[in-house]
Amino acid sequence: MSERLVPAQELAPAKGLASAEGLAPTEALAPTPSHTVGPFYGYALPFPGGGEMAPAGHPGAITLHGHVRDGEGAPVPDALVELWQAGPDGSLAGAGGSMRRDPVTGGFLGRNGVDFTGFGRVATDADGHWTARTLPPGGPAAPAAPYISVCVHARGLLHHLFTRVYFPENAEANAADPLLASLDPARRETLVATAASPPGTYRFDIRLQGEGETVFLEFR
Amino acid sequence: MALTQSDIDSELAHVRESYDKARAEGAPATDHPPRDFPPYRSSVLRHPKQPLVAVHGDPETVELHTPVFGHTDITAIDNDLTVQHQGEPLGERITVSGRLLDSRGRPVRGQLIELWQANASGRYAHLRDQHPAPLDPNFTGVGRTLTGDDGSYHFTTIKPGAYPWRNHENAWRPAHLHFSVFGAAFTQRLVTQMYFPGDPLFAYDPILQSVTDDSARQRLVAHYDHTLSRPEWSLGYRWDIVLDGPSATWIEEGR
Ligand SMILES: [Fe+3]
Repeated sequence: MSERLVPAQELAPAKGLASAEGLAPTEALAPTPSHTVGPFYGYALPFPGGGEMAPAGHPGAITLHGHVRDGEGAPVPDALVELWQAGPDGSLAGAGGSMRRDPVTGGFLGRNGVDFTGFGRVATDADGHWTARTLPPGGPAAPAAPYISVCVHARGLLHHLFTRVYFPENAEANAADPLLASLDPARRETLVATAASPPGTYRFDIRLQGEGETVFLEFR
Repeated sequence: MALTQSDIDSELAHVRESYDKARAEGAPATDHPPRDFPPYRSSVLRHPKQPLVAVHGDPETVELHTPVFGHTDITAIDNDLTVQHQGEPLGERITVSGRLLDSRGRPVRGQLIELWQANASGRYAHLRDQHPAPLDPNFTGVGRTLTGDDGSYHFTTIKPGAYPWRNHENAWRPAHLHFSVFGAAFTQRLVTQMYFPGDPLFAYDPILQSVTDDSARQRLVAHYDHTLSRPEWSLGYRWDIVLDGPSATWIEEGR
């Protein structure tokens, strides 16, 4: 079998790549293709407190958790779930320090326990389960309903998947949300978390394929 | 019966024929691998069967903004994977540099790049990696950095070894570095792998070959760049990363 990689073509400055000003609006650089995260990202991507997005002891904190399952309903034990959201006031500014480092040891310090960063990253456990503690998202402008954006990576996923978590309390806003309204009602439910007990706990399962397959999104 | 390399080869050839035929009939080139790619067996039960639902770029959506990473997220030596332990890791020392750009060629500034890799023997410092190659007590294989004002990044590390995996009988991954990148929008999120030029394993690897388009696949292979090699120290490789993004990110100024 012959390898079909063609000889390297330098992306030379003459072609515009090295220009800090960017290309003319009609030109576009072809993107770097995606690849799977593989099974061995464990020392690289998860970080201490990655699911602790809410400040410690915040009275408004909610717990969001669920399973990631494959086309046979089997748990996916090597998925990485990333969460990104607006603060309760709708602010998208976030805060730095999501995965702070110790300047002396170089080790992870993780969250500072005080700032709401809006960004969370959790690996699934052996049961395919993940948990995050965060604050309810606010914004965006009506008619859109508040949501948490989710990016799913896993071995076997050559390209990550995007989805969203909406909340059952916002029934009125959800009904008016253009994305939710555009979906078949049965599929729409896959994007709305289920209120569980104790109060403030929500369940959001991610089904990659098959029965109850989660609605996944692409952005244009 | 265990799948053999020739089973995989014929599946790959079939995918490539279909792609070439579609292209000849005027279909556009595809940059990313399909999520359903049977030669990579782990994809079979892990890809959605329903089409993705398109969201058109309203600048108010959360996804068109990006998580904030600051200088407290990294320390100065996080981009040097050879100085994280008491001793030096074994292997061929390399320096990897490039620029993070958006599809308009503008630098993506101040964003987080994370890297992870196997050691020179092809073994990850990970409990689940049971490949019987030696661990290196001086190598964890994890680095991170923030891009500069011109979108540039630099890593110092060692060249990873090839390693076997269980996709099929005698499956070996070509040497690669794993990269995780954030862009100026959450929709530009990219996780990918960088390869080394001239690796004889390219043709056999269903993960690399999941990128069927020849020129797209070529963009995953770094260039050896002698001007980046350091005398008496390291061999230099150049690899630029270009992020996809919805058209709505184009109207924003490069950050
Ligand atoms: Fe790998």
